[in-house]
Amino acid sequence: MASQFDASASAFPSRRTILKTVGVGAIGLAGIPFLAACTGGSAPSATGSESSGLTFGSGASDDVPKRAYQAVTDAFTAKTGKTVTTNVVPHNDFQNKINSYLQGSPDDAFTWFAGYRMQYYAGKGLLAPIDDVWQTVGANYTDALKKASTGPDGKMYFVPNYNYPWGFFYRKSLWAEKGYQVPATFDDLKSLATKMKADGLIPIGFADKDGWPAMGTFDYINMRLNGYQFHVDLCAHKESWDQQKVSAVFDTWKALLPFQDPGALGQTWQDAAKALEAKKTGMYLLGSFVTQQFTDPTVLSDIDFFAFPEIAMEGRDSVEAPIDGLLLSKKGGDNKAARDFLAFLGTPEAQNAYAKVDSSNIATAKGADTSSFTPLNKKCADTISAAKNISQFFDRDALPAMANNVMIPALQTFIKDGTIDVKNLEAQAKTLYAAQ
Amino acid sequence: MSSTAQELIPPESRDPANAPSKRRPGRGRVRRLSSSDKVVLALMVGIPTLVELALVWLPTLMSIGLSFTRWNGLDLADIRSAGTDNYQFISQDYPPFWPALQHNMLWLLFLALIATPLGLLLAVLLDQNIRGSKIYQSIFFAPVMLSLALIGIIWQLFYQRDNGLLNFLLGTAGTPQAVDWFGDSSVNIWAALIAATWRHAGYVMLLYLAGLKGVDPSLKEAAAIDGASAVQTFFRVVFPAMRPINIVIVVITIIESLRAFDVVYVINRGTNGLEMLSALVIQNLVGEGQVIGVGSALAVVLLVISLVPIVFYLSRTFGKESKA
Repeated sequence: MASQFDASASAFPSRRTILKTVGVGAIGLAGIPFLAACTGGSAPSATGSESSGLTFGSGASDDVPKRAYQAVTDAFTAKTGKTVTTNVVPHNDFQNKINSYLQGSPDDAFTWFAGYRMQYYAGKGLLAPIDDVWQTVGANYTDALKKASTGPDGKMYFVPNYNYPWGFFYRKSLWAEKGYQVPATFDDLKSLATKMKADGLIPIGFADKDGWPAMGTFDYINMRLNGYQFHVDLCAHKESWDQQKVSAVFDTWKALLPFQDPGALGQTWQDAAKALEAKKTGMYLLGSFVTQQFTDPTVLSDIDFFAFPEIAMEGRDSVEAPIDGLLLSKKGGDNKAARDFLAFLGTPEAQNAYAKVDSSNIATAKGADTSSFTPLNKKCADTISAAKNISQFFDRDALPAMANNVMIPALQTFIKDGTIDVKNLEAQAKTLYAAQ
Repeated sequence: MSSTAQELIPPESRDPANAPSKRRPGRGRVRRLSSSDKVVLALMVGIPTLVELALVWLPTLMSIGLSFTRWNGLDLADIRSAGTDNYQFISQDYPPFWPALQHNMLWLLFLALIATPLGLLLAVLLDQNIRGSKIYQSIFFAPVMLSLALIGIIWQLFYQRDNGLLNFLLGTAGTPQAVDWFGDSSVNIWAALIAATWRHAGYVMLLYLAGLKGVDPSLKEAAAIDGASAVQTFFRVVFPAMRPINIVIVVITIIESLRAFDVVYVINRGTNGLEMLSALVIQNLVGEGQVIGVGSALAVVLLVISLVPIVFYLSRTFGKESKA
């Protein structure tokens, strides 16, 4: 500051002037470059050159899946001599930050899901198409899996690793004791539930404190009533929510509500699994991950599974079986080693390496080792391989904002008092999908 | 800066002779600042101002700006103007919004009418030099220091339907009559309010304890000599003497009820009867369910409501300073 200003006190600008000056500066700063910096990812950039290796971003942060992916990358390195640098991120963080991750400096390959959540980023040009990889691994997969790995432009983007089916789980001993039969149709299901209720059981275990489990019931009734394609189109908001077909889903569900656990809104799926174990509930509609809760081997061997009964359309052709697998980021698309890694994951060899460590899921590649399967695993695997369509669960097939912000409160209200406002669902869907 | 410095000088001080009567006594001292003093002062004022600008005002302004747009959070070129659509959406189409506003109001009333007086009562009782006063203080203040996860576990133990303490005491545990304190949307807000009171009362107690210690004992003695009862002494003499603390408590109570978040979030993430504005902001701004425009609009609504007590508080504090 120059010394000629002897009126020192006055040399300090007045408060108002300061505010004005910095205000203008702030508006300038608030502009776009700053925002861009905010959303920048923090992932380390690829280190290896294209031939020597690749980076692999993994959201599989729990101990078992983490070691399982480690086994896959080790097998890949042993086979090809190319190194894989794995960056493991806690899975919730990984999912929540996927937007900034993909725009920043993503790893070459990364773990993700099939369905709308994959197609959305493919449509935004943030993923690399891998049709060449599918040329080599395509024969290892069923058509339903291939369909689930296709992007909105018809190109292939995804390599499935494993999945797990949703269906009704029950205790064989309880059913044998009471003489219950596996229901084939929705009417059979209702009469079975009526019988169970008369026997003093809660017929259908149910938990929706976390909000998402109820989507499984919605998806199945929707697919059995209106077909797989309608499910996909509704989730992508190509179909309106404000129509008879959607109302029919809720009307059908209403017939099931009295049989579902009335305490659903206060319990988590783990609580409901315990109720099934304790033979308080007759059956429980959930993903096969429910078996993780049955730590007692005698209980686990007493668990059986049946697919959601048919209602009106397509019999039981569609199975809800969320698929986890790998994608290539746009940058990773230039790396030959990363493409080789995805192709490797599409082989029974790689999936065996994975399943050896993490056996709670079903490998997706044909020819993967099934010798260590329990009868229940085998039934799950058969259900999936017999399926003509594989849906991904509502929160993977739909816009996440639609699933989390709209469907969770709407379904909880429905469970509470049996009312649903499809007009309002459509109004919300319109705004949220328009923002994408 | 030096080229514009002349313009920055307020007109009345360019010619000190013009306004001799306005000169304050402190001004002569300021004039003796050396240039290094000025640099130090500029740094001391400038750095906090910049930090405040970058971390508080900039995000606030950006939120306000974003609340009038539609953006998917991906490409900056995708930001589109939305006018007031987001506000229309939350007020007309977003079912949790109005319940959330009501719950925030209920929260405010409950904290103001029950939790805060409870804290005051605890403070007065513990101020009586009873035995073990320090231990009680620690016990009542402990909830304020606990982490979110721990609070969740503690209240889960109380409220669980099948093996919770409360249902056990009511004798309904394991029976169909057991109250589902967290899952039943007609009771869970009250369950959550009790958990919030448990935290808030301890906080208020600590502040009032400090306030009570600061009250001049001779005031109480004088009141006693004048024949006032203990109750009269408290309400007519001690309580008014704690006016500065009272204002702080009022503001804290209002702000706590507006940003009420942790308790409902650990119960069920603020759904099913526990909707709160702050939980809705998080739901819409953080994570995969991100809808930046809608989330920002909710945040702005919360900001506007919060501004009322903040302005009230600031005008009280600064108003008093200028009077002094």
